[in-house]
Amino acid sequence: MDVTTVIFYLVAAITVGSAAIVAFSRNIIYSAFSLLGTFAGVAGIYVFLGADFVAGVQVLIYVGGILVLILFAVMLTHRITDVRVTNRAVGRIPAFLVIGIFILLLFQTIRETSWMRMKEVVYTPTTAKIGDLFLQDYLLPFELASVVLLAALIGAVVLSRKEIKE
Amino acid sequence: MAVGLTHYLFIGAILFALGLYSVLTRRNAISILMGVELILNGANINYVAFSHFSTANVEGQIYAIFVIMLAAAEAAVGLAIVLAIFQIFRTIDVEAAETLKE
Repeated sequence: MDVTTVIFYLVAAITVGSAAIVAFSRNIIYSAFSLLGTFAGVAGIYVFLGADFVAGVQVLIYVGGILVLILFAVMLTHRITDVRVTNRAVGRIPAFLVIGIFILLLFQTIRETSWMRMKEVVYTPTTAKIGDLFLQDYLLPFELASVVLLAALIGAVVLSRKEIKE
Repeated sequence: MAVGLTHYLFIGAILFALGLYSVLTRRNAISILMGVELILNGANINYVAFSHFSTANVEGQIYAIFVIMLAAAEAAVGLAIVLAIFQIFRTIDVEAAETLKE
């Protein structure tokens, strides 16, 4: 087993382990901070897949943006002095059954399907290709994305401002 | 056994299942949003893995970037809704916010 494989399994273990903490922890602060491990681990998996630009975007947007946003929301909606930072979960057993059957089906499918594979896997820089595709084939979705982001920005401001009582 | 396509698909499936569990069982609205982020990350791993192992182009990565962008918009609006619920109900337990059914 060479070094690359060992590092891959390490990154995969960090990703899945912190995702498990996110899903099972009783304390929402632990959940929120474990999300950091998951996002960083997924960025590492993108690096293994030769997707350098997506890995950078993952670190910038997920770790730098969404995670900070989630931590802010946790801090704003729980009083710091509140000891019971609860993260209650209900219906664990039915959920376990459903998820268990679901993941068994998924694993079986992944194992038995003969996926289309390339003869040889190549590692090339992807940023220039992605830029070309965004400004040629995917120009309309790209522009629509900017409108969606603007709408989300305005919507977030409108939703979260305080109501001023007359 | 060399690391291949199925390894990445397994990781994506596990992340998806954990996120789904979080969404189904949590009663804290922020935890539900965290579960949604896990689901989106699991789907993204599949996109990038197929782009790397099954095709010679980067279109899968393009879709992954669109998913990341939509996840950012979803997180912003979702957390704004959570803050609005907190201002009205003083809690973010999703079972407490049930005035719509009256």
